[in-house]
Amino acid sequence: MSAKSILLHLAVVAALFALQFVASDYMVLVLTRIMVLAIYAMGYNILFGYAGLLSLGHAMFFATGLYAAALGVTRLGLGIPEAFLLAVVIGVIVSLVIGLIVLRTSGVAFMIVTLMFSQAAFLTVLYFGDYTRGDEGIVIPDTLRQFSVAGLSMDLTSPVLRYNLALGFLAFAIAVSLLVVRSKTGHVLVAIRENENRTAMLGYDVARYKLRAFVLSGAFAAFSGAAYALMFAYAGSTLASIQYSIHPLLWTLLGGAATVLGPILGTAIMFVLVDVASGFTTATLLAVGVVLILLVLFFPKGILGTLRQRYIRWLP
Amino acid sequence: MTALLETRALSRSFGGLKAVSGVDFTLQKGEVRAVIGPNGAGKTTFVSLISGRIAPSSGTILFEGEDVTALPAHARVKRGIAYTFQITSIYSNLTVEENVALASHRPGKPGSRVFLERVGLADRAGQVAGTLSYGHQRLLEVAMGLALRPKLLILDEPTQGLSDGEIEGFIRLVRDVAQEATVMLIEHNMPVVMELASRITVLDRGSILAEGSPAEIRANHAVQDAYLGSG
Amino acid sequence: MQPGHPCKAAHPLAFFPHLLLALLEGTVAAAVLALAALGLSLVFGVMRVVNVAHGEFFMLAAMLAWWVAKMVPGGPLAGFLAALVVAPLAVGFLAFLTERLLLRRINYDPEATIVATIGLLFVIQQLALSLLGADAKPVAAPFTYRIVFPWFGFSGYKLFVVAASVALLLGVWFVLAKTRFGLIMRVTQFDRETATAFGIPVNTVYSAVFVAGAALVAVAAVLIVPIQQAHYLMGLDPLLMSFIVVIIGGLGSIKGSVVAALIIGLADGVISMFFSPTLASIIATLAVALVLVVRPQGLYGQAPR
Repeated sequence: MSAKSILLHLAVVAALFALQFVASDYMVLVLTRIMVLAIYAMGYNILFGYAGLLSLGHAMFFATGLYAAALGVTRLGLGIPEAFLLAVVIGVIVSLVIGLIVLRTSGVAFMIVTLMFSQAAFLTVLYFGDYTRGDEGIVIPDTLRQFSVAGLSMDLTSPVLRYNLALGFLAFAIAVSLLVVRSKTGHVLVAIRENENRTAMLGYDVARYKLRAFVLSGAFAAFSGAAYALMFAYAGSTLASIQYSIHPLLWTLLGGAATVLGPILGTAIMFVLVDVASGFTTATLLAVGVVLILLVLFFPKGILGTLRQRYIRWLP
Repeated sequence: MTALLETRALSRSFGGLKAVSGVDFTLQKGEVRAVIGPNGAGKTTFVSLISGRIAPSSGTILFEGEDVTALPAHARVKRGIAYTFQITSIYSNLTVEENVALASHRPGKPGSRVFLERVGLADRAGQVAGTLSYGHQRLLEVAMGLALRPKLLILDEPTQGLSDGEIEGFIRLVRDVAQEATVMLIEHNMPVVMELASRITVLDRGSILAEGSPAEIRANHAVQDAYLGSG
Repeated sequence: MQPGHPCKAAHPLAFFPHLLLALLEGTVAAAVLALAALGLSLVFGVMRVVNVAHGEFFMLAAMLAWWVAKMVPGGPLAGFLAALVVAPLAVGFLAFLTERLLLRRINYDPEATIVATIGLLFVIQQLALSLLGADAKPVAAPFTYRIVFPWFGFSGYKLFVVAASVALLLGVWFVLAKTRFGLIMRVTQFDRETATAFGIPVNTVYSAVFVAGAALVAVAAVLIVPIQQAHYLMGLDPLLMSFIVVIIGGLGSIKGSVVAALIIGLADGVISMFFSPTLASIIATLAVALVLVVRPQGLYGQAPR
């Protein structure tokens, strides 16, 4: 991996770190949210941008992490770190199981199957409303959001802690993404996207590589979901709905699929856009819809993708 | 000596159509075997069965004495069977170098140039594969096949669409390759077949019609009637 | 499309009358479902693209039916008939624009179409919300006639809906199987390149199919809106159910869609009546997923070429 790439990504993290000192309290909150959700988008990008598999059901993995963490804290009496770890582990297991089933399909069938499983998961959340409190959702009381790690006591109600923790998580996600993308696995995933038949005939076990990408993206999603529940003290059924499967697709497309930083940029821009739009109208999804259509028509490679093609060829 | 490749009663049907029917085929190491036959004889189906791209309806396939019938395609490639596609199938959006690097299972790393040099594409290493001329794309396919370091290299109609000059270069290349790998060649171009093949198998309507040296096949009346006589 | 739960608190019904009621409601659901899914099936069968905004066309037609009924004097029947003309035309026109301006430009790429039509879904849904409000809008049935069974009364209009659906399905089948246009459509479905070689203007056929699909779903909406109410979120359920029907029945197969609609409509009706509607939906969605995994071409569809 070139020094240029590493420096660029370090610079992004550093810039985000510096931003907290100049941003307003409101912006800090928004940025924290963006960073947590960007992790979800980055995981999705590994499957969609690099491996070329368009899933319409990743909300089920996000929701797995979300509810596992929330229920772990409120019902199982787990501490924050334990609940978080549990949620990620469950997320990995669930994506492994689902992956083994759905990866038997491809193309449009794959999209629909992932959509269906995710919808079933969403309905299950509603069905067990006694535990999940459906629409209203689970609210994690402040008292439960304190924990200590290595002797240091931390309080997740503190915006400063949240911001930097989210940034730490994001930096971790960036590092993992870069590693994967530049590894043999990353190259093979791109090969699968470009020409699956050929890749199989070159001796690569395509099914295994696809599963790896799927589980990795599910793990990222669960990670993001768990962090979201614990940091924002809320787990509600809207976060498990189809909308939340579309969001990472949108964010990735906008920022640039098959780039490591693209999903982060896309998430940030959409948040700002919706924020600005909600100043005018309650129909914020309208903006989302228009952006999607424009993207598909004119900028299928997204912002960083187009930039990479035209000017910055070395961008991972 | 164990044959490199052997099929026993290999058959494949599509609905009511018997594309390949009870084929007993043996290939020794070091041969350059040409498989010829009229259109619809089942040649491509036959090599698809061997490479693992489709599964047989019945019969067995043995490679180096071991039963590989149940092995999926990618596992057969790992065993040493390489197949170049009849309709060129490369990574159009990647560079020539990236294509070969993937084939040699060292993607993203240098060191695959040697394969490009053998086919004469070394000076185009940085070119995007989709922009190559058709003949060069065919050569890239061969380079990728070589990068797999196969024991058996199957070439499916490799000279189709090549100019005469390119075909000559291709014949030299295959002779070179045959030093280290056994080659199986599906071809319609009879001069190429006669030049390269050490043995010829003639397929007709899913079964082996005749097998033998080029001279024997040329003299074979049944073959002439079925195939050579018409063109 | 959940059949309405008739309140029978005053007279608890025995099992068999309950079952009969469930089957009747299920048949109504199946009829509307078959019609709505038909459009999706045709579009996917011929054009190989999935229109995720399909449910929003449905919603739009329902909204139009409500609005037309409000505007047109002369009672529910007049409003109904007017809506039957206006809604398919309007929605068909929107489909025409979508096909021309959007689908053609992305060259009917399957993934791009899905993403673009998702965008369209959001746009249409939110426009409906902003312009027409979030409240549910009731529409009176064009006629009321109560069929009296020994155990319960049943709406005659609902049975009319079933009859109308059957008639339309037969009509579409007739066009596909017996007319020249139907033949052209089937050829284009079979192999786009061969169709072009035969001089068939494939792009025009695509336009016609997409518009026809939208018109069909619009008719389905006009038929059902007196039974349900028009609401800006009502498109999601028909979308999912249409997906389910089309996939299980087999993409591009009318017969498959009808059979699947029957199975699903009836099963949904029965399960909803005796268990919870949510559970019915869960089972339905999982069933679809598993069918696709095991048999990607559905019950009657052709294996992918």
